[in-house]
Amino acid sequence: MRPVIPYVTAALLFGLGVYGVLRRRNAVLVLMAVELMLNAVNLILVTADTTVRAVLPHSGQVFALFVIVLAAAEIGVGLAIVLQLYRLRASVTVDDVPLTEPAVDRAGSTGARAGSARDAAAGSAGARAEAGR
Amino acid sequence: MTGADVLLLALGAVAVGSGVLVVATKHLVRAGLYLVLCLGALAGDYLVLTAELVAWVQVLIYVGAVVVLLLFAVMLTRAPIGASDDLDRPGWPAALIGAGTGLGLTALLVDAFRWSTVELPAAGTAEGIGEQVFRSWVLPFEVLSVLLLAALVGAIILSRPDIGRRPDDAASSSRTEVIR
Repeated sequence: MRPVIPYVTAALLFGLGVYGVLRRRNAVLVLMAVELMLNAVNLILVTADTTVRAVLPHSGQVFALFVIVLAAAEIGVGLAIVLQLYRLRASVTVDDVPLTEPAVDRAGSTGARAGSARDAAAGSAGARAEAGR
Repeated sequence: MTGADVLLLALGAVAVGSGVLVVATKHLVRAGLYLVLCLGALAGDYLVLTAELVAWVQVLIYVGAVVVLLLFAVMLTRAPIGASDDLDRPGWPAALIGAGTGLGLTALLVDAFRWSTVELPAAGTAEGIGEQVFRSWVLPFEVLSVLLLAALVGAIILSRPDIGRRPDDAASSSRTEVIR
């Protein structure tokens, strides 16, 4: 068995995951790309476990199991965040997430629509930049 | 080229091909289904690499639970059926960084292993893994159970807006209702 084959598969999958995380705008698709990266790491661990004689046998496979559990926890919390984002904004586009939202929440007038809140966020950020200058 | 090599090549080609489709397709639901194909091919890889328990856990947790959760999220966020054009941002930087990472790691690993061959060990059993988990790795195992509990509690708190809200936020919570 040539270990280079699964290793190269894992490297290519990791590159695809990085590309997907940076390219996709939809938060669910970003999470899918993260899964690709985690699986590439798992494949490296399992291949290394098969091809390297370690002091502790099967450590790579045990770590792969741990990574699978971590991925399950990550996807649960990640999807809770995505659904909460959808509930608040009616959109899961990661580009549109306003990072200055709490400050606007206090100052914003009642009944402001999501879009105008975003504009206000941009405006207040600009005002703060002006004040800083 | 032994039989294991041929299997690994075929399954690796399926995994990478469907991985490309996951990050390139214009259909949200199809991305999830290509992810099933990719994860299934990886489970086959684990079987060839004698990691039997990891392969079945992969099928159970990834293909069975994670992908179903992702498809639920696709449905709950009212994703459009059919192709949508606004899934990607224009991405030469993404292609550059992704290709750089993938091809750089490939070059590194090919350089490290070339065409060295290894004898596959006898097929692994759940017994060996269990012995290791509960002997050498029992503390990380317990920490993981705490982490899973924390993730569970965190997900519940995140998805219930009525938990953890301070009294002075009542106005903003009514605003949230308006937006909804």
